[in-house]
Amino acid sequence: MSDGVSVRVSAWEAAAAVADPELPMVTVADLGILRSVEADGCAVTVTVTPTYSGCPALSAICHDLEAALHDAGYPDVRVAQNLDPPWTSDWITPAGRDKLAASGIAPPEPAVRHDGPIPLSLQGIRVSTCPHCGSSDTRETARFSGTACKSLHRCAACGEPFESIKAI
Amino acid sequence: MSDTELMDNSYGGLLDADVDHRYAYGTGFADPLAGVDPTVPDDVERGALSAACLALGDDALVLSHRLQQWVTRAPELEEETALANVALDLLGQARLLLTRAGQADGSGHDEDWFAFRRSASDLRNVRLVERGDADFAELVARLLVFSTWRLAAFERLRACADPVLAAVCGRGVSELAYHREYAAGWVVRLGDGTETSHSRMQAALATAWPYLDELLSGDLMGVDVAALRPGVEGVLGEVLAQAGLPAPVVAADDGGGRAGRHTPALDEVLEELQSVAREHPEATW
Repeated sequence: MSDGVSVRVSAWEAAAAVADPELPMVTVADLGILRSVEADGCAVTVTVTPTYSGCPALSAICHDLEAALHDAGYPDVRVAQNLDPPWTSDWITPAGRDKLAASGIAPPEPAVRHDGPIPLSLQGIRVSTCPHCGSSDTRETARFSGTACKSLHRCAACGEPFESIKAI
Repeated sequence: MSDTELMDNSYGGLLDADVDHRYAYGTGFADPLAGVDPTVPDDVERGALSAACLALGDDALVLSHRLQQWVTRAPELEEETALANVALDLLGQARLLLTRAGQADGSGHDEDWFAFRRSASDLRNVRLVERGDADFAELVARLLVFSTWRLAAFERLRACADPVLAAVCGRGVSELAYHREYAAGWVVRLGDGTETSHSRMQAALATAWPYLDELLSGDLMGVDVAALRPGVEGVLGEVLAQAGLPAPVVAADDGGGRAGRHTPALDEVLEELQSVAREHPEATW
């Protein structure tokens, strides 16, 4: 590795450090949105996979990635989207899960995969561990929360409400 | 930022960066398919692809608008966020699908052109999505029928020959499964609730059921939509059984939405949806 490269933050490191605009305690790399960063000289192609179809954070994420790479010395940045396979909450890294829990947001349970049609569930209860006290005596109070990617829960043990990242 | 600072304020990360572009956060409507290869493969029939994208995109656009009309009017805060999130998912699907429609038909029209520059007879949505909801029971009855059908259609279309449409449907299935569960949960709760909620839920089902025949006909990118009927009816039957509600016996609507024959309720939607764009044709957002 040449000296020129060793002092410069790598393109991956610069992109990976970008915070998610709606969950700023985690980075786009923690969430698994950042799929690849390919540098060719000064030109960089960053590939992301959006979470939800209507996620309003996507344009801010793309802007932040471009800005972070410009700051790191890459003037020529292209952000590409990879839609297939779709993002899954299983791509959130262990470090990302720890950061979410430390901020009071329960990380997602493993997503269930279906080979055929998705069966209807009328149970309406998903187990989630309380990020405040660690109890699993919690109940889901709403299937949706302040953003599309989260649901709302309450812990019976400590009485606190909390959000959880939905498993998809 | 140190861990201590992070614990003090999880949102501190937002303060470090250049935040100029965040003053109008969420309003940057760049091309939703930016950075996705726009090529239509040679073996894909462009007419069929654009027709499917328009049908599915218009369904989502119009129902999203009807759901948005509930914002600030929902019975509880939890329902408010749920409905806004469902509407947002559908609007996101509409944006991707209408953008793809403009790539497929060769017109180069963008999502805004499709959403804001067409009149009702140009839209290809089913008539189910057009009318306003008289009450919350009508909202969940329609959402149950719509999301059950759309989930079944997306499960098939995720294997279609166009990679962009397939990917949009692949993403959409898990969103629609949540919408369906939400609607089904409320139909059961109201149907199996009080005498009043039961009778109002029963009446609401009768406003959605006439549109099933229109939903379950036609062809979307080679998918025979009529073949979705057993699966759709199976899920609806499961929900109604749990809710203690018999399936409504109602005459089918005339249909024709996919051919541009709509009810006056669609004009009402478009008048609101397109008002700013029509009044200020040069506006950008």
